[in-house]
Amino acid sequence: MDLNLSDEQRLLRESAERFVAGSYDADHRRKMAKDPLGFSPAVWKQFAELGWLALPIPEEFDGLGGGAVEIGILMEAFGRGLVSEPYIATVVLGAGLIEKCGSTAQKQARLPKIADGSLKLALAHSERAARFDLAKVATTAHKTAQGWRLAGSKITVLDGHAADEIIVSAHIHDHQGPSGRIGLFLVPVKTPSVAISDYERLGGGRACNIELSGVELPEDAMLGDGHDAVSTIEWAVDRAMAALGAEAVGIMQTLLDTTLEYTKIRKQFGRPLSANQVVRHRLADMAMQVDESRSMALRAALKADSAPVERARAASGAKAKIGKCARFVGEQSIQLHGGMGVTEELEVGSYFKRLVAFDTLFGGSAHHYSRHAQLGRTT
Amino acid sequence: MDLSFNTDERAFQDEVRGFIAKNLTEEMKRATALTPSVFSDPDIGMAWQRTLHKQGWGAPGWPVDHGGPDWTPAQRWIFETESARAGVPNVNVMGVKMVGPVIIGFGSPEQQNFYLPRILSGEDYWCQGYSEPGSGSDLSSLKTRAVRDGDDYIVNGTKIWTTHAHHANRMFALVRTSDGPRQQDGISFMLIDMTTPGITTRPILTIGGDHEVNQVFFDDVRVPVANRVGEEGKGWTYGKYLLEFERGSGIASAKLREGLKAIAELAESDLTGRAIDSPDIATRISEVEVDIDALEMTELRVLSALQTGQNPGAVSSILKLRNSEIRQAVTRLGVDVIGHDALAVEPMRPLYKLNHEPATPEDMLTMVPEYLNGRAYTIFGGTSEIQRDIIAKMMLGI
Repeated sequence: MDLNLSDEQRLLRESAERFVAGSYDADHRRKMAKDPLGFSPAVWKQFAELGWLALPIPEEFDGLGGGAVEIGILMEAFGRGLVSEPYIATVVLGAGLIEKCGSTAQKQARLPKIADGSLKLALAHSERAARFDLAKVATTAHKTAQGWRLAGSKITVLDGHAADEIIVSAHIHDHQGPSGRIGLFLVPVKTPSVAISDYERLGGGRACNIELSGVELPEDAMLGDGHDAVSTIEWAVDRAMAALGAEAVGIMQTLLDTTLEYTKIRKQFGRPLSANQVVRHRLADMAMQVDESRSMALRAALKADSAPVERARAASGAKAKIGKCARFVGEQSIQLHGGMGVTEELEVGSYFKRLVAFDTLFGGSAHHYSRHAQLGRTT
Repeated sequence: MDLSFNTDERAFQDEVRGFIAKNLTEEMKRATALTPSVFSDPDIGMAWQRTLHKQGWGAPGWPVDHGGPDWTPAQRWIFETESARAGVPNVNVMGVKMVGPVIIGFGSPEQQNFYLPRILSGEDYWCQGYSEPGSGSDLSSLKTRAVRDGDDYIVNGTKIWTTHAHHANRMFALVRTSDGPRQQDGISFMLIDMTTPGITTRPILTIGGDHEVNQVFFDDVRVPVANRVGEEGKGWTYGKYLLEFERGSGIASAKLREGLKAIAELAESDLTGRAIDSPDIATRISEVEVDIDALEMTELRVLSALQTGQNPGAVSSILKLRNSEIRQAVTRLGVDVIGHDALAVEPMRPLYKLNHEPATPEDMLTMVPEYLNGRAYTIFGGTSEIQRDIIAKMMLGI
């Protein structure tokens, strides 16, 4: 039992914090918010040079063989600067799914390229009618003589506009009809009949909706061997939620620091706001919730490779708890900044919006408390 | 980073489990489960203390030369966790976890040689004389006065919320020995024999129907100067040291988990008409469970820091605050889960020695009194408001 950072982990944290503090400031974020890509390819290249894109990829595919804890360390630093690069889409979800269910050839063709920054991926799974139910997929993949034909509508595809290839989930229909299995398919964005409409994402970065109207794909477009992919998708999403939880911790920490400073400087009634007990106690509650969130994000990361129920309960528990804390810390940060907190002139609002996006992504607190309950007690 | 225990630690875990399985009687277990107050009655608690002492485990946190078992922080974690899982009684916390560390830290060799073995063996039973009717959160305004008279102090005044004063043969107390510009400076830390003439004890019933706390009156009570711990006027420092132990013994999650488990089992039983089938109840159980997970992780993070000799800082206030709030959430859930049965009052104590058939199933008997008495968790040992003051000051610098 040891929850102290190793030397390598400490170095990773220091280099990530230094990079974010040096490269990300308000000007950069404002520029990125107006940018059609939503992030900087130059920064992505630096991520590759720093080894961050290779971090969770196995060594045999030119990766560094890191785990969910290392990703969490990186993500917490990303949160402090509201980094908008497509790390979750490409490295956590994309590379994770390829590694988990790809064939050797599929891995060989993609993982080294993700590691060196030359390939970006995205996962198109959510559908409007499914809400947050990961097992509900209406998009279809019909077996054809040449391969597969995909049809359906996907929403909230994180960074799909920037991806070279999109991993699309679809209900497999073989020659006998609906199989009851969900498959994953690699769809190059340039494929005809793939229509991507992207939009600005709340709190930074971009997302898109995708229309697949009879997309013809070759045989080897299927990721893996055709077994039902729902449990793999759950695994990948649980991992992404742990990573996003760590990012939320970084965002909350920055909001806490900023708000604390402001209450020390801002004077009303002839004294700083922080001289009022009601304000001090609010800040104490915020600090406590940041700390609890840090515990939960770490817990989810440490259990990211545990048995499915234990892993899923840790991920849902973390998502629900951190989401609840994030709303509190975000809302109170604005409250304590007074009128200025509601304006675009301060960055408090940007950090808050990213927290709202976090709480919503893959399902909010209510959804995850209920998933946690349905998964049943482990003890 | 690693959440699992190593081979040695797992072996120790087996040893603790084996020891508890062999020594914890069904009677002790049942009495503990049916205790709705904060502390076990001494006949139950001290029996367990004697059992632990025979094994050399009577005071897990003490240094080895005073009879501690010399455990690592991880071993202490395992011991406390396994104890909670098995449902062992509370031992005399005021002795082992409160006054013991103060006597070890600041007491004279004579005091150490006399008192410490008696705490370990269970011969002495201690109570804590801190709060007074006029001094709650503002503890250092306390007025119980000790005036020097030769080799004695003469003590006059009153203490309140004194847990188990009616069972204790000794009290450690903060008393005023002088008045200065800073009220903290005139306080001394004294060890008082409860059989001394002039001490009277008045019971106070809590809203759950339990007699656990008391008011104690001192009327010209002679306390030998030799019973003062450390220097005169330095009692506040020693008392604060003790409060850190009281708040941050640091391993509370296992007990909370057991409490929640008992409630979840009731919710899954026909006795409650399967309360768990209500999505609201099921979700609330998850919500509390997740809060316990977070507290447990924080405890383990503190433990890891301690293992490498780092100082965890103001986190003892966070642990105290969250433990008390979650405990209240658990007991609130307990009342809601038992439904109709929350209306039945069982006035007899102890609940494990009723001489009649209670109106509700035995597993439910403690739920309402635990909830009611449990309101005290966010009040004693420094209220939640005081803890938030400490967090703001120590962690945030405001």
